[in-house]
Amino acid sequence: MKQRISVAGGLVSLLTAGVATADELNLRPGVTDISQQVYDLHMTILWVCVVIGVAVFSVMFWSVIHHRRSAGYEAAKFHESTKLELAWTIVPTLILIGMAIPATQVLVAMYDTGGEDMTVEVRGYQWKWQYKYLDDDYNNTFSFFSNLATTQDEIQNRSAKGENYLLEVDNPLRIPMNRKVRFLITAEDVIHAWWVPDFGIKRDAVPGMLNELWTVVEEPGIYRGQCTELCGKDHGFMPVVVEVMEEADFDAWYAEEVANESVRQEALSKTFTHEELMAQGEEVYGTFCASCHQPNGQGVPPVFPSLVGSPYIVGPRDDHIKMVIEGVPGTAMQAFGRQLDAAQLAAVVHYERHSWGNDSDDITQPRDVIELSGE
Amino acid sequence: MTTNAQSSEIKRTVRKLCLIVLAMAAFAWALVPLYDLFCEITGLNGKTGGPYTYDPATTSPDTSRLVKVNFITNTNQGMVWDFWSEKGGVRVHPGELKEVNFYVKNTTDRVMVGQAIPSLVPVSATQYFHKTECFCFNQQILQPGEEMAMPMRFIVGRELPKNVQSINLSYALFDITEAMGDAAVTGG
Amino acid sequence: MSEVIHAGQQDDHHDDHHDHGPDKGLARWLFTTNHKDIGTLYLWFSFAMFLVGGVMALIIRTELFQPGLQFVNPEFFNQMTTNHGLIMVFGAIMPAFVGLANWLVPMQVGAPDMALPRMNNLSFWILPFAFGIMISTLFMEGGGPNFGWTFYAPLSTTYAPDSVTFFIFAVHLMGASSIMGSINIIATILNMRAPGMTLMKMPLFIWTWLITAYLLIAVMPVLAGAVTMMLFDIHFGTSFFNAAGGGDPVMFQHIFWFFGHPEVYIMILPAFGVISHIIPAFARKTLFGYDSMVYAVASIAFLSFIVWAHHMFTVGMPLAGQLFFMYTTMLIAIPTGVKVFNWTATMWRGSMTFETPMLFAIAFVVLFTIGGFSGLMLAITPVDYQYHDTYFVVAHFHYVLVPGALFSIIAAVYFWFPKWTGRMYNETLGKLHFWLSFIGVNITFFPQHFSGLAGMPRRIPDYPLQFADFNMVSSVGAFIFGFSQLFFLYVIIHGIRSGTPAKARAWEGAKGLEWTLPSPAPYHSFTKPPKVTDEEVHA
Repeated sequence: MKQRISVAGGLVSLLTAGVATADELNLRPGVTDISQQVYDLHMTILWVCVVIGVAVFSVMFWSVIHHRRSAGYEAAKFHESTKLELAWTIVPTLILIGMAIPATQVLVAMYDTGGEDMTVEVRGYQWKWQYKYLDDDYNNTFSFFSNLATTQDEIQNRSAKGENYLLEVDNPLRIPMNRKVRFLITAEDVIHAWWVPDFGIKRDAVPGMLNELWTVVEEPGIYRGQCTELCGKDHGFMPVVVEVMEEADFDAWYAEEVANESVRQEALSKTFTHEELMAQGEEVYGTFCASCHQPNGQGVPPVFPSLVGSPYIVGPRDDHIKMVIEGVPGTAMQAFGRQLDAAQLAAVVHYERHSWGNDSDDITQPRDVIELSGE
Repeated sequence: MTTNAQSSEIKRTVRKLCLIVLAMAAFAWALVPLYDLFCEITGLNGKTGGPYTYDPATTSPDTSRLVKVNFITNTNQGMVWDFWSEKGGVRVHPGELKEVNFYVKNTTDRVMVGQAIPSLVPVSATQYFHKTECFCFNQQILQPGEEMAMPMRFIVGRELPKNVQSINLSYALFDITEAMGDAAVTGG
Repeated sequence: MSEVIHAGQQDDHHDDHHDHGPDKGLARWLFTTNHKDIGTLYLWFSFAMFLVGGVMALIIRTELFQPGLQFVNPEFFNQMTTNHGLIMVFGAIMPAFVGLANWLVPMQVGAPDMALPRMNNLSFWILPFAFGIMISTLFMEGGGPNFGWTFYAPLSTTYAPDSVTFFIFAVHLMGASSIMGSINIIATILNMRAPGMTLMKMPLFIWTWLITAYLLIAVMPVLAGAVTMMLFDIHFGTSFFNAAGGGDPVMFQHIFWFFGHPEVYIMILPAFGVISHIIPAFARKTLFGYDSMVYAVASIAFLSFIVWAHHMFTVGMPLAGQLFFMYTTMLIAIPTGVKVFNWTATMWRGSMTFETPMLFAIAFVVLFTIGGFSGLMLAITPVDYQYHDTYFVVAHFHYVLVPGALFSIIAAVYFWFPKWTGRMYNETLGKLHFWLSFIGVNITFFPQHFSGLAGMPRRIPDYPLQFADFNMVSSVGAFIFGFSQLFFLYVIIHGIRSGTPAKARAWEGAKGLEWTLPSPAPYHSFTKPPKVTDEEVHA
């Protein structure tokens, strides 16, 4: 019967899935000891299920073929058997116990959190990740946001999609290989979840709550995951990208970032030219503002207001700066003062006031922003 | 359609079932304090509990080991205050009373009220982390531009399991000005 | 729909009523207290809701046909996934099973009607209003619910659109309807069985509905509590789930899933009952292991209360909690397996024919079991970290709900169609509907296992390129499946209008008191309790 063939076909697919580790078919073994253990456990359970399924469905299949009225088969009269009931209660129980033991072992291994070599705080925002590096004394050394880098053009089908469509960011998380990295995971607003399939780890990012996760990656490379807890409009657009570096490379990069951090601090007192502000402003706008206010500044009224000739653009610069810093609580307009430094804020405000036909007289420098935020 | 005997049986059944419905509704609401109680007893939600009375006479530091305690400060839901700790982390002996200062600054031009919410990992350490004084026990009212220093005093219990070598304590600062209403901002 | 029957009544007049048929016109349907009419109302309502939820599914699958955003924006997409779930769970599956209960429970226990006929009417009529409110939220400013059918806080409280208050109201109404319906069902089963029908002689469908009804009255109040706490957080400044006020978003998940897990068993236990009637009928063999089947259903119901946090394995529970819930969840496989083995043993050495109800029933056993296997995989906590919130979960629950619960409902409709309408549907058309559905459902949902394993998260309107192929296949399957349900509508209407008249015992192997009644069943049946023979009910 076609039905039997479809079922058999489905089972064969499952079987081949077990053998092939093609991208599209199966879980991947990944690049950590934990992910490998998880993969092995997954394959074990899968095979157990396949074997039991094939066995039971074969019995049914046989019955459907042979125990038919049209073949003249007469129905038997039996309708109970305590022995059978006991058998097919006890045997599955034993199988389950057999599965529970390795499952428990892998879970216990995953919960072994101590002895880390470094710690990174991972913070979920609507709709991006923030990574904060902590040194040995747990001081913040530097932090950055990791935003989706795929363009709106690609998403809206106006240009061809790149290879890492929806899985690329402007600033990936970088960690060293072969060191135990601990992640402290939380969220700024709603519940998100941080997942890197190749590491075999996933944890919810809950606002107000800290969660702990760790990994030791054995192979350098770039690994991609996604947010896995519905968090609003752009839940599908906040990927997780981790670049795992050789230890020496990582140490060099880390030192450079620490140095850059002081450069960033210095920039806050710099005076930029109009062109410099426009260039940086356009970049910041594209990353943080364009998905709501649109690349052409026209927004999607009434939910995402237009910035072309709008009251804030035409009105006093300081009101505009405050709006961007403080946002509008209860709406999608976030308090970007918590996410952008004074140089970025100045650039994006300046950019908005001088784009799309907006032509304000003023210029916005980082120190203007700093003054306004009361430092 | 039903006999009289059936009628009264039905009524009895319905009464019992309505009681079950009411009991389960009550249970649902009881889940809230039960959940809090369960979390308090087990420390499973990372909350570190209320003020702790410290008696120096009975507690002395366990000098055989040091525990790293790391502080993470964040503002949530777009809260615009600056919030930082004087140190990212400290090393303490279990049983030793330690003080760390935290700072908040209201960078806006209006009076605001903030509330810090703690969360601690690993979960096995929550029961042993005692705070004798913490800004998270109260709300903080700040005038425009005001900056405040908030000491936090804590002691890590000596019974902390030996395999816990570091503790992470995060504070998430929320804006509760609206929730507090006018009285809070005009009053003291 | 039941016809007006005056002739063929097997009972005397009762009380001081003389026999009257139903009212005429709209008044009949608004004011009926007749369990057959109310069953019909529930069934047609659930089918309408199924089509509405189905359109939402097709919007989802259309957007997911290719990578990129082509048809809807992400905000609207989130409303579609949310409402598709809410409508299918609360508007299609649950009311359909209540409709089956209304039609079958009184007839199968030999009672004249439900215990509380007027409350029965109210239970139904609340639903169109509840769903009118729920669907109207899509047209409100800010849009409808967009936080998933599981509506976690704070996305569903602090960050919710204004329509959330109407959503909460609609949930309260549906809950009230379910609770009242369940009280009615329990009161009927416990107090109105014909003499001689002891508990262990009750048909399996009665057993599964008795247990399901207890689950409903236990957990619907908890759902009501959860949405009321949400309401307070949103409007009255409380902090049940709001971290700022000392509340806990994770507590929402505990409370919700304490309701939510028994809820999914509520959606499958009656299905088990239906299958336990159909397979013996078409195998011409008594159900194997009646006692075990009853104990299995009771164990599943009991276990359903202590597994809820397996929906929350990634939330940050400590090790002991994870292990507890992993073990209890795995345990559910045992009674469920017992049932599958018993159905197989019923078929074994039977004398089977494969009319449409039997095709759907056999497909149920095979495909529900596949869903059960993916459920067992999900139960294994360390691997669940890779499956959680991916399309692997979506594949799992669609297998147990669509070729699971839905197929059992369709099977029930075909099986009892002659009893309800007095006519046989067209067997060739029925079989065609079956094959289209079977093929459509597998093309739609089987590839989703792979997408999930490959790493595709759920509730996303757009996806990375490596998921494109299986998404395209799945979308094609969805349209096949969707249109085959419109074909189902045709088969039903065609049968009602021009099916051949049916016998009382429309299926040779069918057993049960309802098969002793004429087809269609009289408007008022069993006004005098029937004799319960071992032959007719389970001996």
